[in-house]
Amino acid sequence: MAYSDKVIDHYQNPKNVGTLDKSQKNVGTGLVGAPECGDVMRLQIQVDEATGMITDAKFKTFGCGSAIASSSLATEWLKGKSIDDALKIDNMDIVEELNLPPVKIHCSVLAEDAIKSAINDYRAKNGMEQIKFEESVVH
Amino acid sequence: MLKLPVYLDNNATTPMDPRVLEAMLPYFTTHFGNAASRNHPFGWEAEEAVDLAREQVAKLIGADPKEIIFTSGATEADNLAIKGVFEMYATKGNHIITATTEHKAVLDTCRHIEKLGGEVTYLEVNAEGLINLKELEAAIKPTTILIAIMYANNEIGTIQPVREISAIAKKHGVLFFSDAVQAVGKVPVDVNKDGIDLMAFTAHKMYGPKGVGALYVRRKNPRVKVTAQIDGGGHERAMRSGTLNVPGIVGFGKACELCMQEMESDTKRISRMRDKLETELLKLEEAYVNGSKEHRLPHVTNISFKYVEGEGLMMGFNKNIALSSGSACTSASLEPSYVLKALGLGDDLAHSSLRFGLGRFTDEEQIDYTIEQVSNTVLKLREMSPLWEMWKEGIDLDKIEWAAH
Repeated sequence: MAYSDKVIDHYQNPKNVGTLDKSQKNVGTGLVGAPECGDVMRLQIQVDEATGMITDAKFKTFGCGSAIASSSLATEWLKGKSIDDALKIDNMDIVEELNLPPVKIHCSVLAEDAIKSAINDYRAKNGMEQIKFEESVVH
Repeated sequence: MLKLPVYLDNNATTPMDPRVLEAMLPYFTTHFGNAASRNHPFGWEAEEAVDLAREQVAKLIGADPKEIIFTSGATEADNLAIKGVFEMYATKGNHIITATTEHKAVLDTCRHIEKLGGEVTYLEVNAEGLINLKELEAAIKPTTILIAIMYANNEIGTIQPVREISAIAKKHGVLFFSDAVQAVGKVPVDVNKDGIDLMAFTAHKMYGPKGVGALYVRRKNPRVKVTAQIDGGGHERAMRSGTLNVPGIVGFGKACELCMQEMESDTKRISRMRDKLETELLKLEEAYVNGSKEHRLPHVTNISFKYVEGEGLMMGFNKNIALSSGSACTSASLEPSYVLKALGLGDDLAHSSLRFGLGRFTDEEQIDYTIEQVSNTVLKLREMSPLWEMWKEGIDLDKIEWAAH
């Protein structure tokens, strides 16, 4: 199975690898996946509390090239978006952008889960209600 | 000069030795006869070539040429051995003993036997991949007709205590079949000294062509018979019908001859490179060898690099280095290696494993390059790994409630 050029590019030059200070009130952290399943993603967002805009996003991922690329792409997309717009990111957008084959769709689902989980973490920290999401279909 | 790409997947298949190809070529063109044609020179030439190859193959394993049944490969030989014994010895019993780390060609054949009403015991292995001889003996019952234990494992290279197994088999009057695909041509295998009654092996794991293998079937002490699984013209002492693959068999013979001559020097050179590779890679933190280091093939090492995932790791260098991983992502099933799991490895370590299989054409520069590339990629991916960061912070990863998916 060959990887798409975009997956290779994200793998070789991942965007926004790193760690934000999770003790900060304006940082939301999402940790999804499991080591036994072969992929774990941690995605973090930093939010401007006044405007609700995501000013920074970082990730670290344990997983295959497609998982790394999916989370790298997700952080790229998140930066500069409002929380509301960030919630509109669909895993199929990631599949399309990275040309992921069917067996790698779960990587994109994980990235979408990570975004939602980071947003909920931010909301919880700031006394906002948790958004209930439907169970992800793939896995 | 560094020769790229580096091929370190010799347990999957080996490149063909040019000397093997040279031996085969005339049998595609001028000497194209059917070895079963008894009445003209084309047939005679082919038959002579097959006879010579049969001797070369037999000699490598210390067998008599009459005990070699040529097949299309080891999968067919595994099938013929297990199904053939099951049918032939049906009046004696229906119980087979094997192990959980066998190749799928053995395990799936055993599943088939179960569907046919046979009974199969699957022995567990210890952390090194070795079966327990006491458990083996305890599993034998009056209906046991066959013990099927591989010589050496394809993923971790662990060599089973073949002589002790055969002694137990003999003591109880049970036949002993061994899938020796990974061992023949790499380590000295002698069917008499090892006490093997049936043995499967194949050309393409020992620098010969694909599409040809053999089943050794003992003729004396005891005389073993298997029921044919492919019927037809009665070739190969009626145990395996079908026109002989003459060029393939010629190549198989030549490959065996070369292994016989060069095994010792090859092993010395290859095991030294394997040891260097292993020693250097184990200098990385949290890197572990899977399987027995003591009872192991000389050209294999299987290493888990904790907190990085195998497929992601291979992507760092797979343009230039060919290897395999026990990671689920490399298989269609999304399940990590059942062999590594049988050793008691957690799924996370199985996902983090790489198998290095060196070969006759591997050189020192390629090993140095591999050490550098693999080490750099492990370090790079750990910088990117949340698990590595958490481990470094002293967080117990086993205590985290991971969102199951």
